[in-house]
Amino acid sequence: MTALLQTPLHALHLELGARMVAFAGYEMPVQYPAGVMKEHLHTREAAGLFDVSHMGQVILRGESYEAVALALEALVPVDVAGLKPGRQRYGFFTNDAGGLRDDLMLANRGDHLFLVVNAACKQDDLAHLVAHLKDVTIEPVTDRALLALQGPEAEAVLSALAPEVAAMKFMDVITTTILGAEAWVSRSGYTGEDGFEISVPEAGAEALARALLEDDRVLPVGLGARDSLRLEAGLCLYGHDIDTATSPVEAALTWAIQKVRRSDGARAGGFPGAERILSEIHNGAERRRVGLRPEGRAPMREGTPLYAGETGGDPVGEVTSGAFGPTLGAPMSMGYLPSELAASGTKVWGEVRGKRLPATVADLPFVPARFKR
Amino acid sequence: MKFTEEHEWLRPEDDVIVVGITEHAAEQLGDIVFVELPEVGTEVSKDDECVVIESVKAASDILAPIDGEIVEVNEVLIDNPAKVNDDPMGDAWFFKIKPADASQLDDYMSEAEYKDMIS
Repeated sequence: MTALLQTPLHALHLELGARMVAFAGYEMPVQYPAGVMKEHLHTREAAGLFDVSHMGQVILRGESYEAVALALEALVPVDVAGLKPGRQRYGFFTNDAGGLRDDLMLANRGDHLFLVVNAACKQDDLAHLVAHLKDVTIEPVTDRALLALQGPEAEAVLSALAPEVAAMKFMDVITTTILGAEAWVSRSGYTGEDGFEISVPEAGAEALARALLEDDRVLPVGLGARDSLRLEAGLCLYGHDIDTATSPVEAALTWAIQKVRRSDGARAGGFPGAERILSEIHNGAERRRVGLRPEGRAPMREGTPLYAGETGGDPVGEVTSGAFGPTLGAPMSMGYLPSELAASGTKVWGEVRGKRLPATVADLPFVPARFKR
Repeated sequence: MKFTEEHEWLRPEDDVIVVGITEHAAEQLGDIVFVELPEVGTEVSKDDECVVIESVKAASDILAPIDGEIVEVNEVLIDNPAKVNDDPMGDAWFFKIKPADASQLDDYMSEAEYKDMIS
């Protein structure tokens, strides 16, 4: 086994009393002394600070932003060329079978395109980019940390260090200076709350984290609460809710495929798996990602088989993420069901410890998003 | 009071044994969000799965530490599972068991031995 990598905030995590675990090849904080429940609730009530430096940051450069964007559109079913300077959007790399290789954030940072990809996929993503993009320089950013500040107080906290962030709207990106270091700030996150993701040079990362934590409104938050927050927000975790065998239509991510890339769009198709994906947009997919609200308090965790009836029959689907929602005050799951069972309000059963327990298909997100539009 | 390697504590009370989990176990499990208790009157054998606990992280089982009959369960935990984190060694006991053979308790650790084990 290879040694685990550490982020620039490793020493700070230990100092803060974090419990560290292996995640995507990194040693990461799963929780701090406050615990998952308090960290989760604090993020929704005030602000939480997350170290997401394990994620992959990549810069793509070429003749112009547009040239790079059009090249990347051969790999993602997203309108990259139409993204305005200073704006970011969600997207994904697809494969030839119409499945998802990874999901990512894409930002138009003026003269270049900036990507943030999943930690576990970043080496594959880089190889994929190198193999397919011509006349594009691919620069993995390996000397910057990535911090996320999330929650209703995030704007007040961060604007004390960088007043200009207060004017940003959801999915805006800017370059600014924070504590003397060049920071690439986006107004986005993975919690359903308003907040920011801040890319800073490694050398300045700890100073920034300490400055943010000095504010009483900010608690450090680990991967445990990051997971329950994103699940309440109905957001997918790559490798669990979506993977190479899942199409974006099955995953209920059709909203991320803009009209210009769909059939009859000006730049329709032209991405891996387009035939299947565009056909599914028209005709529907056989299964769909849904939210599930189990009755009672028992969480239905990842891998729980789902049934159409209380007795008999074969499983019709499976839970891909499940936990107790601290803000929801109840268990919640996401999973896949045949399209005919995917309507909100449909009753299904999940088998937990040999017993079939009822659950109801529910709208996502479980907890309403509070982005600053 | 006796302790098991599974981080349960066993406290004799009249002719029954009260069973809970240790502070160390509660801390390791993290915030507990769900507790499923056995039915009163169930006859259990040592190592039978008796209680299910779900924390924010994962599900865990509590095994019957001895043979016997479940004579009382702590129903407060069903609506308030977080009590296990707040007072694991006191009010947040799980069940009371009437031992079939009280000598089975002799196999378990003293408090000092348990503390040695977790240190």
